[in-house]
Amino acid sequence: MAGLRMSYLEAGRRALIEEMERDASVWALGEDLGRGGVFGQYRGLQEVFGPERIADTPISEACIMGAAVGAAMTGTRPVVEMRFSDFALCAVDELVNQAAKARYMFGGQMRVPLVVREPIGMWRSSAAQHSQSLEAWYVHIPGLVVVAPATPADALGLMKSAIRCDDPVVFMEHKNLWALEGAVPEGEHLVPLGRAEVARAGDAVTLVTWSAMRHVCLTAAESLAAEGIAAEVIDLRTLWPWDRDTVLASVARTGRLLVVQEAVQVAGFGAEIAATVAEALHGALKAPVRRLGAPRIPIAYAPPLEDRARVGAGDVAAAVRAMLAPGSIPA
Amino acid sequence: MSASEAPDGAGDDAPDDRAVETGATDGAGGAASPEGADLGTANLDTANLDVPNLDTGRMLAHYRLMWRIRAFEETAVAAQAEGLVLGAIHPSIGQEGVAAAVCANLRRDDLLLSTHRGHGHTLAKGAGAPEMMRELFGRAGGTCGGKGGSMHIADFGVGMLGANGVVGANIPIAVGAAQALKLQRAERIVVCIFGDGAINRGPFLEGLNWAAVFDLPVLFVCEDNGFSATTRTRGVTAGAGAAARAQSLGMPAEVLDGNDVVTLDAAAREAIALVRAGQGPRLIEARTYRLSGHTAVDPAAYRPAEEVAAQRAVCPIMRLGAALCMAGIAEAALAEAEAAARAEMAAALAGARAAPWPEPAAAYADVQDVGDPRLGAF
Repeated sequence: MAGLRMSYLEAGRRALIEEMERDASVWALGEDLGRGGVFGQYRGLQEVFGPERIADTPISEACIMGAAVGAAMTGTRPVVEMRFSDFALCAVDELVNQAAKARYMFGGQMRVPLVVREPIGMWRSSAAQHSQSLEAWYVHIPGLVVVAPATPADALGLMKSAIRCDDPVVFMEHKNLWALEGAVPEGEHLVPLGRAEVARAGDAVTLVTWSAMRHVCLTAAESLAAEGIAAEVIDLRTLWPWDRDTVLASVARTGRLLVVQEAVQVAGFGAEIAATVAEALHGALKAPVRRLGAPRIPIAYAPPLEDRARVGAGDVAAAVRAMLAPGSIPA
Repeated sequence: MSASEAPDGAGDDAPDDRAVETGATDGAGGAASPEGADLGTANLDTANLDVPNLDTGRMLAHYRLMWRIRAFEETAVAAQAEGLVLGAIHPSIGQEGVAAAVCANLRRDDLLLSTHRGHGHTLAKGAGAPEMMRELFGRAGGTCGGKGGSMHIADFGVGMLGANGVVGANIPIAVGAAQALKLQRAERIVVCIFGDGAINRGPFLEGLNWAAVFDLPVLFVCEDNGFSATTRTRGVTAGAGAAARAQSLGMPAEVLDGNDVVTLDAAAREAIALVRAGQGPRLIEARTYRLSGHTAVDPAAYRPAEEVAAQRAVCPIMRLGAALCMAGIAEAALAEAEAAARAEMAAALAGARAAPWPEPAAAYADVQDVGDPRLGAF
């Protein structure tokens, strides 16, 4: 892998440029795209591709998503910008009842190949309507693919795969990662949907995570390593379909599973992983499966309050130590 | 009358106050006034039936199509009573004029989006009655393989992009389809039909604004049957209706008598030509009347029987039949149209009755490619 480095934000931008250059049916629509998008993910693209393919829309989330459904049914591949995943809730009918169901209820007559970009996560005192991580909602919906990249390389490679996918893909970028720099392979870089990455190898415990929590888990794993605890960190990258083979193989080896998510822990996607592992590997577990996520409270504005909803590296390390303590029952 | 002054059912005898002055052309006899507002004039005697230079060939085709729609739905309603049609169906009996006059002016490769009350539009766009009936029965060989039923009939082969179970949800989809056609530099257009209930949902405003802003090739048709499910729309709607709302966005719109097939056909033909010529989106508000209940099992006791009887006498089929008679078409030819339609739908019924259920494995097909449930125990 050569030494290209770019930000997470630039990686997503590059993916869109490459796919729009490759395929004339790819176009993007959303609010403020002509001025680069709210975070700059579309900077300069309207100058290159014109206002028809980088379409500035009214603040009409339902119509942005609904129009993308109609456009996807009619031979194009729209990339939908929802600005904040919180705003995509104004377009849930269009995504859940229309995009996700059309192929099935119309008996397979067509596909709905669209990507909806829904930036997630806590970011700089953004409070309850600009900070949520609702990925589990979409994983629950048959018909949708759900992706949550954590690195620039994955933002690039997964976005390109998502645009080429014939299914509607919910693509959840984390707002706190936009500036993250990382290595990206030169040349065409595609990351397959549905494949996890072992971000760090270890044999004492398996940490399963995704999105920004990958970096929190890696920090925790580093500090645990100093204590002689080798934690394996698996970044799922795609939440549906999720890579059960990689997770089950790892936990079969380590005997311990800790799922770490930024989202509210109750009924989060971590519960699905924990349940699956408990069902499949009950006899091989050396400790009960464990989850770490946010308490079931809205996300607050003031940092000391916002932090109550945040899972930190210290929390992860403490949970691992508790799981490894001889004879201890995790809290 | 404002919405706040109009509790449920109030204003029934008020004269129609929703006509939009610009482009309002619903004075053709006033025979089929909406919601039974003018019951005194709702009869064939006062309808404007003597149309000079009536294109009898064209109108006879519309007449046959309307009978096919009527016969299809009456057959389906009877089959539901027998337990053969399984889920809810929403008949458009009495509204056939809109389907015939609008859809018959489309090319096969034009696109259509319809509603939960969409059998007529779908037949008029060219979908096959046998496949549609099998879909209503949930059988193999149905338009959607038995996976959609009445509310989710689509036939992409004839440009019918779907009925929809969510009121107004077809509007954003329609404008997106039109945007794709524009991106592709196609000369095709999109017609989006919705009911009067839909104009109170946000997607109506969002979609009309969108179509105007992007100057899209889409014709909106508000098929105004006067009822939002089982409530009179007038009592829950502020302002003058769909056309007035479109005009407030600068979109050309006209109010027409949806039961006057001759006039509506001419207006739809012109509107479609203008949309196809790149003149931007337009809207037609077609006033009609739903002779059936909201669903096939809704007795519609919320309206007087006299109102329904009066409207039945001036439904679009009766009116066009009378006009054709006056233009010299033999009664036998008209009777033959009905008989042929009933025979066609009887055959569709027999075919659906004999059709097998879908294979159970089909439940897992066409969910998605990535994460296909058939590839794992999901």
